[in-house]
Amino acid sequence: MSLLEVENLVVRYGAIEALRGISLSVNEGEIVGLIGVNGAGKSTTMLSIMGVVRPVRGKITFDGRSLVGLPPETIIRQGIAPVMEGRRVFPSLTVEENLRLGAATIRDHATVEQDLARWYEFFPILGERKHQPAGKLSGGQQQMLAIARALMSRPRMLLMDEPSLGLAPKMVAEVFRLIVQLRDLGMTILLVEQNVRMTLDIVNRAYLLNTGQVEFAGSPAEIRQHADIERAYLGGGTNSVAAAPAPGGV
Amino acid sequence: MTVPDFSELAQYLVSALSLGGLYALMALGLVIVYGILRLVNFAYGELVMVGGYGLLLFGDTPLPWIIVAILSIIAAVIAALLMERVAFRPVRNSSATTLLITSFAVSNLLQNIALLAISPRPRAPRLPDIFVKNVTVAGVQFKIVDLIALLVSLIALGALTVFLRRTVIGLALRAAADDFTMTRLLGIRANMVIAAAFAVSGFMAGIVAIFWVGSSGQTWPTVGLQPVLIAFIASVVGGMATLKGAVLGGYVLGFLTMGLQTWLPQGVNAYRDAVMFGIVILVLLIRPDGLIRPSYSRESR
Repeated sequence: MSLLEVENLVVRYGAIEALRGISLSVNEGEIVGLIGVNGAGKSTTMLSIMGVVRPVRGKITFDGRSLVGLPPETIIRQGIAPVMEGRRVFPSLTVEENLRLGAATIRDHATVEQDLARWYEFFPILGERKHQPAGKLSGGQQQMLAIARALMSRPRMLLMDEPSLGLAPKMVAEVFRLIVQLRDLGMTILLVEQNVRMTLDIVNRAYLLNTGQVEFAGSPAEIRQHADIERAYLGGGTNSVAAAPAPGGV
Repeated sequence: MTVPDFSELAQYLVSALSLGGLYALMALGLVIVYGILRLVNFAYGELVMVGGYGLLLFGDTPLPWIIVAILSIIAAVIAALLMERVAFRPVRNSSATTLLITSFAVSNLLQNIALLAISPRPRAPRLPDIFVKNVTVAGVQFKIVDLIALLVSLIALGALTVFLRRTVIGLALRAAADDFTMTRLLGIRANMVIAAAFAVSGFMAGIVAIFWVGSSGQTWPTVGLQPVLIAFIASVVGGMATLKGAVLGGYVLGFLTMGLQTWLPQGVNAYRDAVMFGIVILVLLIRPDGLIRPSYSRESR
């Protein structure tokens, strides 16, 4: 059984049906991509898994337990950690305070100290600036902090929403390299991205969303092929991978 | 107006620091809840009232007065927690207007309970003589209560700072003021954070109650009106967005009040409040966000 399973998820914002029956699964140790253009339903899927948005219908199970209807803080405590779009670090708290809050669910003091040391080593820039307010960091550094903060809760799975958005091209490459490193450390990752080309380079599998539905699912190679076929038959429709922005071209 | 001599200046400094410290605590109690719920809790004054009646009721027992004071602070904290649980939690996700109107309703309700259950008239709790006695230090006479208030407010500010910097709940309170949703997405329970904010608010109100009721010698159903007004003005002047703003606003207001009281010419002293509010308006015209603005713009939520 997969670690995360989403079945036939339907979400409405008023009269607008944002998700029209999405199903997907993430296995332990995988990076799974969720790609598609703006408004395809990527972020809504993410927010439903975290309990921020309530689905009208559908099932979400994590490690066999249903998440639907639970408040965000309870869902997070099951072992899911979000890296939100826009980074969402606490600007008036220092880097270290941000990280300590990331470990708010961990009771054991020694574990927290050990993890702090570990991630300072992994992200040296955070160690150098640990007493500065997070609001003073650059965008790329804030993204590092957001990821490290998520890791401080020792999650079983990371939900990453547009981690490359708004970053300089060099930082974008850095973030993608980092995601692979985390997978190699054994982390399971669901990655929402608009940067399709770079996402397909690193994921094990991906789901291509289009207007609230899964248009195609498969390995990176299968998705590229699907996109090629679509481009050939439809002349490069604006709703598909073919129209995706170039890496770092945000 | 004459040039102030040393003893006048020392007296002014002590009384301004003591009054400012109390105002700072009042403003903090208001702003800590505002930062998280975006609610200006006008029922905050009634927490001061609960503390005041605590002094009255516990004072009727033979307990030592310091215990009476501590019990009164605890009563204010419990009242704050109850207020959150019973009145604000059910409407937490409603509009800001609903929250505001709820706070007026709670304020009114508590005032009327005090009026019906205890007395509409002011009552005098048992108070130790430190509230009326003076002490002479280096040839200058001070009110003992001023020195105690000065000290207690500094200790309370220090304790709050340590709490907000060193404990996970304290960090969560500050984080929630930055971005409440993200705080919950770290697995921190919303109920816990909000309850903690109200507990701090009640604690501040309890301390304020002791000195407020202590210096007037009486408590009555609307005793909290003036403290909540002062807290509101101080936090608006200092800046509602940060706790530092609340503290600064409190001290500024304290120094202004005492300064005008000490040095305004006799004939004009009746207009002290008018002059003070004039200055407040002037400050807000120049800095509409208050003296301290948040250094980082809030993420849109």
